[in-house]
Amino acid sequence: MLDFFSFFKKKNDPAASGSVAKDRLKLVLVHDRVNCSSQVLEMLKTDIIKVISNYMEIDEEELDIQITQTPSEDNNGTVPVLYANIPIKSMKKSNMG
Amino acid sequence: MSEVIVITSGKGGVGKTTTSANLGCGLAIQGKKVALVDADIGLRNLDVVMGLENRIVYDLVDVVEGNCRLKQALIKDKRYEGLFLLPAAQTRDKDAVSPEQMKKLCDNLKEEGFDYIIIDCPAGIEQGFRNAIAGADRAIVVTTPEVSAVRDADRIIGLLEANELRNPMLILNRLRVDLVQKGDMMNIEDVTEILAVDILGVVPDDESIVIATNKGEPAVSNPDSRAGQAYRNIVRRIMGEEVPIMSFEAKQEGFFDKLMGLFRH
Repeated sequence: MLDFFSFFKKKNDPAASGSVAKDRLKLVLVHDRVNCSSQVLEMLKTDIIKVISNYMEIDEEELDIQITQTPSEDNNGTVPVLYANIPIKSMKKSNMG
Repeated sequence: MSEVIVITSGKGGVGKTTTSANLGCGLAIQGKKVALVDADIGLRNLDVVMGLENRIVYDLVDVVEGNCRLKQALIKDKRYEGLFLLPAAQTRDKDAVSPEQMKKLCDNLKEEGFDYIIIDCPAGIEQGFRNAIAGADRAIVVTTPEVSAVRDADRIIGLLEANELRNPMLILNRLRVDLVQKGDMMNIEDVTEILAVDILGVVPDDESIVIATNKGEPAVSNPDSRAGQAYRNIVRRIMGEEVPIMSFEAKQEGFFDKLMGLFRH
């Protein structure tokens, strides 16, 4: 009966361990390739928040900082980019001149 | 024309030595003159995989240090015309040889008229790796569909490119078709997409490799071995032929197979 169900089972089930392996591999390689651990990224995130907070009030809960790959302009490969999505709550009046 | 090909992987145990032995034999079967060089000094193994362990007199370090002539150290494989093995030293370590000496050794082998010089690289990214790639014209990276092996392959590809060995070719070894079909193993596309390199071949996980290694007779010479067939295809691709990745290498289960599978129990 088990076989009967596996007959209908969709291939490339996202929960199957092959996909899990691929996702984990992609993430670890992004950090390997730029020689940047999650810990370094966390420190960077803290510093960015510190600097930006001098000028504007930001939504720290929604803040998203990560290293991703983007297609390179000069060859067919990819280059790493620092991606940051920082929602602004409001500008700080004191720094507006 | 003479070409030096280094077989490397970063991670140990993914099948560098088995691949070296099979490609060397396969190329010799195709009528090429081949030198297999074991660059894993201190941990020699290519000799046993080839079944030539009882015939070693001199080794790679003897040649480099001038204790013997190159021709004296090359073991002629009596089963395959044109196949020779230069074994690694067992009682020395990687520092016994420098990249410059390896480069000179490769040049000397080219002068001997070998069509292909296959270098079996040790695992790791240290001195042994630097020695093994020093004289290479081309690199083949062996990996298995596992996170750790592909991660190391990615690192190796970066190091090869930093050393002017561009566009390395990939061999995906020990693919379990049944696990890929269940979604429990990364498939060929997953690995090539992540590593962004061209695929030279896919070798299925096959017990005939274990048997072949036990006997010291590379599977490429066994017509019934599926892994042997995969290696024969890779050999033809190395020689410049266009050979499609064969169905058994990346078997896709069709509707009929699935239906049959239902009645098999």
